[in-house]
Amino acid sequence: MLIRYLSQIGKYFLMLKEVFNKPTKWSVMKGLIFKEIDDLVIDSLGIVAFISFFVGGVVSIQTALNLTNPLIPKYLIGFATRQSVILEFAPTFISVIMAGKMGSFITSSIGTMRVTEQIDALEVMGVNSLNYLVFPKIIALLLYPFVIGIAMFLGILGGWMAGVYGGFTSSVEFIQGLQSEFIPFHIAYAFIKTIVFAMILATIPSFHGYYMKGGALEVGKASTVAFVWTSVVIILANYILTQLLLAK
Amino acid sequence: MIEVKNLEKSFGDSKVLKGITTTFETGKTNLIIGQSGSGKTVLLKSLLGIHTPDKGTISFDGRIYSDLTDDERRELRTEIGMVFQGSALFDSMTVEENVGFPLKMFTTKTPAEIKERVDIVIERVKLIDANHKKPSEISGGMQKRVAIARAIVNNPKYLFCDEPNSGLDPKTAIVIDNLIQEITQEYNITTVINTHDMNSVMEIGEKIVFLKQGILAWEGSKKDIFKTDNEAIVDFVYSSNLFKKIRKAQNKEEI
Ligand SMILES: Nc1ncnc2c1ncn2[C@@H]1O[C@H](COP(=O)(O)OP(=O)(O)OP(=O)(O)O)[C@@H](O)[C@H]1O
Ligand SMILES: [Mg+2]
Repeated sequence: MLIRYLSQIGKYFLMLKEVFNKPTKWSVMKGLIFKEIDDLVIDSLGIVAFISFFVGGVVSIQTALNLTNPLIPKYLIGFATRQSVILEFAPTFISVIMAGKMGSFITSSIGTMRVTEQIDALEVMGVNSLNYLVFPKIIALLLYPFVIGIAMFLGILGGWMAGVYGGFTSSVEFIQGLQSEFIPFHIAYAFIKTIVFAMILATIPSFHGYYMKGGALEVGKASTVAFVWTSVVIILANYILTQLLLAK
Repeated sequence: MIEVKNLEKSFGDSKVLKGITTTFETGKTNLIIGQSGSGKTVLLKSLLGIHTPDKGTISFDGRIYSDLTDDERRELRTEIGMVFQGSALFDSMTVEENVGFPLKMFTTKTPAEIKERVDIVIERVKLIDANHKKPSEISGGMQKRVAIARAIVNNPKYLFCDEPNSGLDPKTAIVIDNLIQEITQEYNITTVINTHDMNSVMEIGEKIVFLKQGILAWEGSKKDIFKTDNEAIVDFVYSSNLFKKIRKAQNKEEI
C-alpha cells in the first residue's frame, strides 16, 4: 500500500520532468495556451464570482449574528470578513471547488484522449504528449491568482452588501474593520498559496487522466479519484504553508 | 523493409510475444492476422516504439531502433504513419486540422502550403464535404478515411494500421482495404496491417504473418493459404464454412 503510494508519487515527479522536456513548437503552443486560458480560467470566472459574493455575504451575517456582546465593536464584522475571505475562503475554499470543476475537466479530457488512443497518436508522430497536453495548462493557470483576486474582492463586496443592506452594520464601521490591523504579509501569504494550488490544480488531474487505463467508465472514475487527491493535496499544502509562513 | 528478429515482450508475468522473427516488405501490404488476444496490437505497438521490447531487434531499412539516439528516433517517427483501431482523431480539431497536424508540427511549411497538401490527401482518400466538420460529426467510415489521410500526409515510408476496417460494413471495409493497398503501391510504402478479417486477407494479403498465442505460427501470401497444411492457420481460416468451401473449390481447380 505505502509502496504503491510512493511509486505513484515518484511517477508524478517523473511526469513533471517530462512535461518540461522537448518542448512543442512555439507557434503551436501559443494556440494551446490561449485555448486553456479560455477553458480553465475564463470559464471559471462566473461560478467563482457567484460563490465568492454569496459566501462573503454569509460570513458577514454569521459574524454579525454571533456578536451578541455589546462590548465587542461592530467593526469586527468587516475585520472578520476580510480575514476569512483573504486568508482562507478565496485561496483555499475556491481552489477545492476548482479541483472539482477544472480538475474533472482536465482529467476527463486527457483521460478520453488516452482511452481513444489520441495520446498514442501524438507519441507515434513524435510529439511529446506530456508537454503538449500539460504544459499549456500550467502556463494558463499562472493567471489563477487573478481569479482568486476577483474572489477576494467579490467576497468582501458581498460581505459589505450583506452587512450594510441587512442592517447589521454601517458602511463606515465595516470599512473601518476592513482597514484595521491590516498586515500586508497576509496578502503575500494568500497569493503564495494560490500559486502553489494552481500548480496542484494543473498537474494532479493531468496525472490521473494521463496514466489512466480502461474505457469510458474508467474516465469517470479517474475524474472522481483525481478530485479527491487534488483536494487532499491542496488541504495538506495549505496546512504546511500556513505553518511555514504564518507561525512564528 | 522492416526486419524483426526474435522479438519478445511480456507484461508482468504474462509473455505476450514469444520470439517473433519476420520481415515486412516495401511496397507491399503486410498483414498480421490472428485471434483476439494473440498479440497483434502488442506487436504493432512494439514496432512503433509505444511498447519497448524485452528482447530482440527491429530494423527500419537497416536502422536498428534500439541503437538510435532520441533525435534519430524522432526523425524516424516523422517517417511513420499510423491508423489506429478507433481512428484516434483529435476531437477538438476539424477534419482539415487533423490531417494538417503532422505538417504543422514537424515541417516548416506555411499555412497555405499545408492547406494545399491537406486538400490533395483529402481528395486522395475521397472525402467529400468534410473539411470543416469535427470527427464526431462524420461516420465511422469517413473517420477511417481521415485517419488514413492524416497518416499519409507527411509522405511516410512506413504505414501501420490497426484493424483499419473493424466496425465498418463489408463493402466500406473493402473500399478502405483497397485504398490502403493503392496508396502503398503508389508511394512505395512499407505497410503493416493488423486484422482478423478474412475478407481483408483475401483482398490485400500480399504477405501474411499469422500469430498464435504470441508465436509466429505461419507466414506466406494469400495464395499460399489455400495450399498450406499448417494446422494452426487452416484451423483459423476455416473456422468459417464459407472459406472451407472456397478451399475445396480452389484445390479442385489446381488438380
Ligand atoms: N498494456 C498492456 N498491459 C498488460 N497486458 C497487455 C497490454 N496490452 C496487451 N496486453 C495483453 O497482451 C495480450 C495480447 O493483446 P493484443 O492487444 O496484442 O491482442 P490482439 O491480438 O490485438 O487482439 P484483438 O484482435 O482483440 O485486438 C492480451 O492477453 C492482453 O491482455
Ligand atoms: Mg488489437
